[in-house]
Amino acid sequence: MIEQWFPNVDWEKMWEATYETLYMTGISVVITFVLGILLGLLLFLTSKGQLWQNKAVYGITAVIVNVFRSIPFIILIVLLIPFTKALLGTIIGENAALPALIIGAAPFYARMVEIALREIDKGVIEAARAMGASTWTIIRKVLIPESLPALVSGLTVTAIALVGYTAMAGVIGAGGLGNLAFLDGFQRSRNDVTMMATIIILIIVFIIQFIGDTAVRKLDKR
Amino acid sequence: MIFIEQAKKIFQTKNGPVKAVDNINLSIQEGEIFGMIGYSGAGKSTLIRMLNGLETPTEGSVTVAGRKISTIKGSELRKARQEIGMIFQHFNLLWSRTVRENIAFPLEIAGVGKAERMKRVDELIELVGLQGRGDSYPSQLSGGQKQRVGIARALANDPKVLLCDEATSALDPQTTDSILELLVDINQRLGLTIVLITHEMHVIRKICHRVAVMENGNIVELGPVLDVFRRPEQPITKRFVQQVTEPEESKETVQHLLAEHPDGKIVKLTFVGVSAEQPVVTELIRSFSVGVNILQGKISQTQNGAYGTLFVQITGESAEVAKAVAFLDAQQVDSEVIEYD
Repeated sequence: MIEQWFPNVDWEKMWEATYETLYMTGISVVITFVLGILLGLLLFLTSKGQLWQNKAVYGITAVIVNVFRSIPFIILIVLLIPFTKALLGTIIGENAALPALIIGAAPFYARMVEIALREIDKGVIEAARAMGASTWTIIRKVLIPESLPALVSGLTVTAIALVGYTAMAGVIGAGGLGNLAFLDGFQRSRNDVTMMATIIILIIVFIIQFIGDTAVRKLDKR
Repeated sequence: MIFIEQAKKIFQTKNGPVKAVDNINLSIQEGEIFGMIGYSGAGKSTLIRMLNGLETPTEGSVTVAGRKISTIKGSELRKARQEIGMIFQHFNLLWSRTVRENIAFPLEIAGVGKAERMKRVDELIELVGLQGRGDSYPSQLSGGQKQRVGIARALANDPKVLLCDEATSALDPQTTDSILELLVDINQRLGLTIVLITHEMHVIRKICHRVAVMENGNIVELGPVLDVFRRPEQPITKRFVQQVTEPEESKETVQHLLAEHPDGKIVKLTFVGVSAEQPVVTELIRSFSVGVNILQGKISQTQNGAYGTLFVQITGESAEVAKAVAFLDAQQVDSEVIEYD
């Protein structure tokens, strides 16, 4: 029956594209998470009234984050072509998509991290200081654990956005389901291929959402 | 134990500088329960935070347990803070940690090993009476239980001083009393110095040895709790003392009784310390042929004895009444005949 509805789908190619999409999403989510946490912490700690309060550092970081967050992703990929080429020697393939994916998503996630950290009860941070905790201990044992549900739900949103970004990156040659849908589906007028790629992307998104929601429910002890 | 010398704290705000603490000198002895009372904005919150370096004084110095908190920094300050426990109005527990993990937190900060940590946590859970709740999360506890966790956490590193920032202000009266009893118990058992700030005179009366009344960043009155209760000097202190002694309507009641019983005399008796336990009224009735009508009274226990007031109406032959009043004057009781205003 599936063969009947999707006569033009080459399953081997479809699975390969699915793998590529998962690969790009997976790697970029991990790196975005790390960079986003670092940038978000920097934004939070240097903001007014916090441990490293510093107007200049906060201002510069905020501007960089806002600029990269505002550039439409498809334009960002194009703008980053020279950078990607210098870094990886190529602009084709899954790895070539990673710089753009990460640079596009990390500032977006950093803002969510900053918001998550702001939600932490100030009193808890004060209590940790009163106990003699160092800033590093406060980051590790108060800021991250106390904001973890918000960090995870923010990461879920970011991961889903990244799935969308990989599809866009696919159109200009990064591989994956977006690439397949565009080249094999759209350009050859095989709507069933486009449809199948869409269905798989939807399944990936639903799974990410489900994992994220479950994790948040498990983590939140409030 | 604690010395505050000419401490000032000025905050720069948009509307110009604000003096939160204005030239305070204070010394607190080891093993003492010292209370600071004042309305919000009096500077007590800033003052207590100077004791563990959460605020640094703009001028002056603060010394706690031999360490000059107002000048030390970095790891030295963090080390000093481990010897000063603090509990808070809103408990400030980590929701992501269980009761045991919350209590273990300051031990982790101090670098205590895991086995030792677990042992210490068990002792503390028992000390604050939270047996069986160790694996609960704060969200599963009542306010009083949360504050018990806060106290256990504050005591984890065997501090020399415990700071209480409005520790009972978010609790109901009954829970407040049980937390205050726990603090007294800890003070007696561990010989811990306790400094607390509050706006409730009830707290001062119940557990403090000495009290400082704060207004506009200054200490306006300071002394042993019983003395301050007996002879409040400043208007603000009188208002605080009234919170726990004289119910507001008593003045009206007395005026009303004065009007209803013009023949008798109305006497206000003030009992302090030991005299509160003397059977003054019994003797009054036995020795004189007068009628004694108790109008209103209240006796409060403090850490150094009882304090109370009693309004009585004495009726009978005017000569006999006069003798009765003279008898009261001779007792170790302050008495005051109340006349029409």
